Amino acid sequence: MSKKILKGKAHMFGADVDTDAIIPARYLTTIDPVELAKHVMEDADPEFPKKVKAGDMIVAQKNFGCGSSREHAPIAIKGARVSCVIAKSFARIFYRNAFNMGLPIFESADAPDRIKPGDELEVDMNTGVIKNLTRNESYQANPIPPFMQQLIEAGGLMASIKKKMGAN
Amino acid sequence: MGMTITEKVLAAHAGLKEVAPGQLINCKVDIALANDITAPISIQEFKKAGATKVFDKEKVALVPDHFAPNKDIDSANQVKLVREFALEQNLTHFWDVGRMGVEHTLLPEQGVVGPGDLVIGADSHTCTYGALGAFASGVGSTDLAAAMITGEAWYRVPETMLFNLKGKPAKWITGKDVILYIIGKIGVDGALYKAMEYTGAGAGHLSLDDRLTICNMAIEAGAKNGIFTPDEKTKAYVEGRFKRTPKYYASDADAKYCERTDIDLSTMELQVAFPHLPSNTRAISKVGTVKVDQVVVGSCTNGRYSDLKIAADLIRGKKVAKGVRMIVIPATQDIYRQAMKDGLLEAFIDAEAVVSTPTCGPCLGGHMGILGAGEKALTTTNRNFVGRMGHRTSEVYLAGPAVAAATAILGKISSPEEVQ
Repeated sequence: MSKKILKGKAHMFGADVDTDAIIPARYLTTIDPVELAKHVMEDADPEFPKKVKAGDMIVAQKNFGCGSSREHAPIAIKGARVSCVIAKSFARIFYRNAFNMGLPIFESADAPDRIKPGDELEVDMNTGVIKNLTRNESYQANPIPPFMQQLIEAGGLMASIKKKMGAN
Repeated sequence: MGMTITEKVLAAHAGLKEVAPGQLINCKVDIALANDITAPISIQEFKKAGATKVFDKEKVALVPDHFAPNKDIDSANQVKLVREFALEQNLTHFWDVGRMGVEHTLLPEQGVVGPGDLVIGADSHTCTYGALGAFASGVGSTDLAAAMITGEAWYRVPETMLFNLKGKPAKWITGKDVILYIIGKIGVDGALYKAMEYTGAGAGHLSLDDRLTICNMAIEAGAKNGIFTPDEKTKAYVEGRFKRTPKYYASDADAKYCERTDIDLSTMELQVAFPHLPSNTRAISKVGTVKVDQVVVGSCTNGRYSDLKIAADLIRGKKVAKGVRMIVIPATQDIYRQAMKDGLLEAFIDAEAVVSTPTCGPCLGGHMGILGAGEKALTTTNRNFVGRMGHRTSEVYLAGPAVAAATAILGKISSPEEVQ
């Protein structure tokens, strides 16, 4: 993987943030990222779509993205130009979807407890090291499993399928 | 080394003799499923990848059920896109309005999925089919697009949690109570990434409908799949219905489990999940006074004939309480027809409930019964997240069909014992 540092402000959320909170079903009549982004996280924090800025990060407790399989959830987050999600753990389908959509996500046991709203963060995609520039601290996220790294390197799931089809 | 039923189904579809938890495998899929919300992204990805044909027109199933019959112009356009793709690809398993039903009720009923299958679905409740002894798991639209093209999907073999069901459930207890009880015990991520396997003498007492409800909500505990070992009841259900040859798998005696839990069905009370998580469960005796504005009987969790029958038998000759709306949604056309023939629909209408055409509708806050600010609903659906059925200040309480009917009659969350 090429060296990549993500940089942005932290927006904090609690445990078990579900996909209905990330993007309510009432907006699922479109698959346009920009339209979806207008309502991202709205049922968890109605102000979020207005205050989120490009590069900002979502930081949450355990089981982020539980509930439905809607890919609109990572699409809406990406549409809002959020650079990554840091959480103690992720729900299974959201985890898969995030990688398939190319949304970086990081699992960290301690970071979500130490980071405060508005903290400036830097995340090293390769090492999973999260630097808190506001508090002058750093935390370690779980490294991305090699299999998932391969998916990212190939440019996501569909890009790897496309390659395979071309080879046939 | 012994294997669990989940490991056996996965191994068979990966062309391997053995698989172990943690292993990454590539599997052939028997059915790839999507609905009107998830299929549009899958179709877009399918086309972006340059694909022109699905891997097998018999093995891709598309069911417009979430916002169908079309609730507005945008959803009509999404369904139209799905319909055109299904026609262009000449898919065997496409059901439009008039033939369709709620996908996870429709597919087992129509014999499209069955024992030993590996089913991938762009819908989180795809895990329902584990009730038949299949490995079935929900994914996102892009994973599904890949499966539509290649007929394959990658999986990490999950560890399995074993739930040993003991005893015979008391009157009124259904699969909904069993799964709500379990989720209340282990939490909404209590089975994260894992398989939930059900065994024991208690499992034998549960009907296929109960098992479908239990596996349906495996995702509400974070699980990858839920699964029952097929028995005589499974065989009776599948016979004459399943369109392919069933393969019956069972766990080995020395299979490895990451956790074993005993669940006593004989002492279990009716369960209600309070807002805003399915794990926030209470026994009916501990509910207190909760007045409701709406009751819904339906969804992929509890919209089957047996659910309607329980509710209709309780409400027959009674009325829905003043100030309460009761909405009944048979999950498929076959269920609708049977409920009509047997007078269940009449019982609901006489009680001043409404009966809707099959749709997921209000379960996900789509249409056909959205909640306004501060309103409360008791529903047989599967999720009670903030804003799930409407306004973000509305509240959703989950229960089985007996509690739903009793609640509709009394206007507050009630036990069926209170109306009999």
